[in-house]
Amino acid sequence: MTDDAPRPYTLVAELTYRCPLRCVYCSNPLDYAHHGDALSTADWLRVFREAEALGVVQLNLTGGEPLVRDDLEALVEGARALDLYTNLITSGIPCTRERLARLKTCGLDNVQVSVQDVRAPESDRIAGLRSFERKLEVARLVKELGLPLTINTVLHRENLDRVPEIIAMAESLHADRLELANTQYLGWALVNRRALLPTRDQLDRARNVARSARQRLLGRMEVLFVIPDYYAEFPKSCMDGWGRRFIVISPDGLALPCHAAHTLPGLSFDRVQDRPLDEIWHHSEAFNAYRGEAWMPEPCRSCDKRTADFGGCRCQAFHLTGSAVATDPVCSLAPDHELIEAARREALAPAATELEYRTARSSAPA
Amino acid sequence: MSSRAGARAAPVPETRAGLAADARPRLAPKVRLRWDRKDERYMLLYPERGLVLNATAADVAKLCTGEHTVAAIIERLAEKYAPHPADAVEREVQAFLHAMVERGLIRSDG
Repeated sequence: MTDDAPRPYTLVAELTYRCPLRCVYCSNPLDYAHHGDALSTADWLRVFREAEALGVVQLNLTGGEPLVRDDLEALVEGARALDLYTNLITSGIPCTRERLARLKTCGLDNVQVSVQDVRAPESDRIAGLRSFERKLEVARLVKELGLPLTINTVLHRENLDRVPEIIAMAESLHADRLELANTQYLGWALVNRRALLPTRDQLDRARNVARSARQRLLGRMEVLFVIPDYYAEFPKSCMDGWGRRFIVISPDGLALPCHAAHTLPGLSFDRVQDRPLDEIWHHSEAFNAYRGEAWMPEPCRSCDKRTADFGGCRCQAFHLTGSAVATDPVCSLAPDHELIEAARREALAPAATELEYRTARSSAPA
Repeated sequence: MSSRAGARAAPVPETRAGLAADARPRLAPKVRLRWDRKDERYMLLYPERGLVLNATAADVAKLCTGEHTVAAIIERLAEKYAPHPADAVEREVQAFLHAMVERGLIRSDG
């Protein structure tokens, strides 16, 4: 497991970018409508086989909304035959008891249901669709069928003060795992940052609540609190380092080091339809672009933390500074750190109330 | 595991950090044990995470099916690892089980 011979552990299969929801922090690219579903069932099953042969043990079936693909059962069955740990990441819309039962029979290991908030009006406002009650029903169905349940709630300015209620909701649903994931400000979330970025005080309070809940629920419900890097001193190790642990496949078959990598200019990405995954992982231009340390500028290049955070997030560097090789501006040592300081100051002022929903209309190529 | 083995090991005292000797640990529903053919070792897999197991931990995890008592697991492994001292095996098994229960990866309740 040295960096000389990186091994992927997780395959993130973005089966489609289609989704009935229009979440204002969707992590799909702004031009998602230009990336249609291009992979057949057989294509995906071949990608799973190639990934497993490379060392992948975890498979995240995501999107968009993976349930809109009618071959999901076949994909889960194929993944299970390869002994992959298969996690369905879903909005819960559209889903029926019959379908969940079939997916369980096919060998699904875990279901992660997103719930945007603890009350219908607030949750539906973020999702851009009346969906809250149905999501809770689906979460209950997951447990009734004996499948492990993860509840995922994306945190932001509007719901961070309700983290205690979010935890209580997950407990009442008997979730096995609660993922409290602070918004990552890329894609649609960056567009809506003025409405979504919390204050440091809000965040600190929520973090303390999550910390004590984690202790209290030890052994019963796993509570994860994913900190927002805007309020960290140093960047997070985005994707555990570029081309180190993860492979993301977009609906049109691009093999990506992260789910937003295709928003970076000047990189060419291989399609799994054209080239074996093994070759792409080891030899493609894109996977090698920011692998290791050779690409790093100062202050990263001589920084002790370079082996822990791998220079942070390339997509964030590009979308904030215009340069994909810049030090991630969330780092307090970054030349462009003022961009983050300015965003934090902005968060102290009253928030923007207008939200821009994910739509194909506003989805123009960058 | 035979009931005789379970009975013989029953007097094993419950240590502060250990599970009761008659508890029957099992993997949590979200957890799956997998042989990693790439690096020839066992892993515990759960949502978005994996835990690499050493040989002893893997032997324990394989027996966490809800059928075997902690005492029986200790006894079986003490036999397997003899002449390694049985009390050292017990400590190792209990330490692993305790850590896994804390992380919610193994359940010992009912």
